[in-house]
Amino acid sequence: MVEENNFRVLVVDDDSVVRKIHEMMLSKHGMEVWLAENGKAAVDLHEAGARFNLILMDLETPIMNGREATRQLRAMGVDSAIVGVTSCTSELEQRNFMAAGLNDCVSKPLSIHKIASFLPFTNTKNVITHGCTSSSSNSNRIDNEST
Amino acid sequence: MDVLSHLHRQIADFTASLHREGFLDEQFTQLQKLRDESTPDFVNEVVSLFFEDCEKLVTNMARALESQTVDFKQVDSSVHQLKGSSSSIGATKIKNICIAFRTYCEAKNREGCVRCLQEVDHERVLLKNKLQTLFRLEQQFVTAGGSIPALQ
Repeated sequence: MVEENNFRVLVVDDDSVVRKIHEMMLSKHGMEVWLAENGKAAVDLHEAGARFNLILMDLETPIMNGREATRQLRAMGVDSAIVGVTSCTSELEQRNFMAAGLNDCVSKPLSIHKIASFLPFTNTKNVITHGCTSSSSNSNRIDNEST
Repeated sequence: MDVLSHLHRQIADFTASLHREGFLDEQFTQLQKLRDESTPDFVNEVVSLFFEDCEKLVTNMARALESQTVDFKQVDSSVHQLKGSSSSIGATKIKNICIAFRTYCEAKNREGCVRCLQEVDHERVLLKNKLQTLFRLEQQFVTAGGSIPALQ
């Protein structure tokens, strides 16, 4: 059994296949994984007091895209490492995404080696959460209904 | 050669052929490495999820392309999603078709889009059959006493 190391990651992606793969990649290495289906769910989570060492942010999600979510999180004072993960190949889109406040931006698919390369960006201090509880499993999922 | 060795060899050869023929790439190998004795069905589960989503997306795109006024932005959004998920499981052929498909969406070329959709669906069926064969062989291997780590 992998020992948890209190390293908390939020995976933001509207695709269930991608969420499942990233969740497995991360939890297999002892990380606590939270899941959000779109940018708004990620922002809501932070407004509720949750904080993460690393946020993997998909660019194109419904309701609120990753660029806007990143911008809002930075405006809230969230200083977690935020890495954009996208299958968008447009350099302009990636530059705009970076400009929203990312630490880095990579293309899909993610691999554990790519994930390891983000770790120097992360805050290694313990994450302090307010009013948020995680389930007994390693993963937690937050989603919003479409408007 | 005993049964286990024979099955192991069959699985290795079949997997190699899937890579050689361009159905799968290194990303699929990475997924296989993630499974272990506690999560033996991980790859099967991810692949099943992929094909479920893929079928829904294909149906939605077909409907959209049949409309009198095609919403190419909506079609492109579906293709983008399929490109992301197919690359995440290592489904190379489907991913590559999606790249061409997006070009036709941007050009608002209905014929090109329809052709790409047909190719995607064709490859979806092919890959699904191939992976079902692979998973069947792996199940036979496990039933015969083989272990998941031995398959990595």
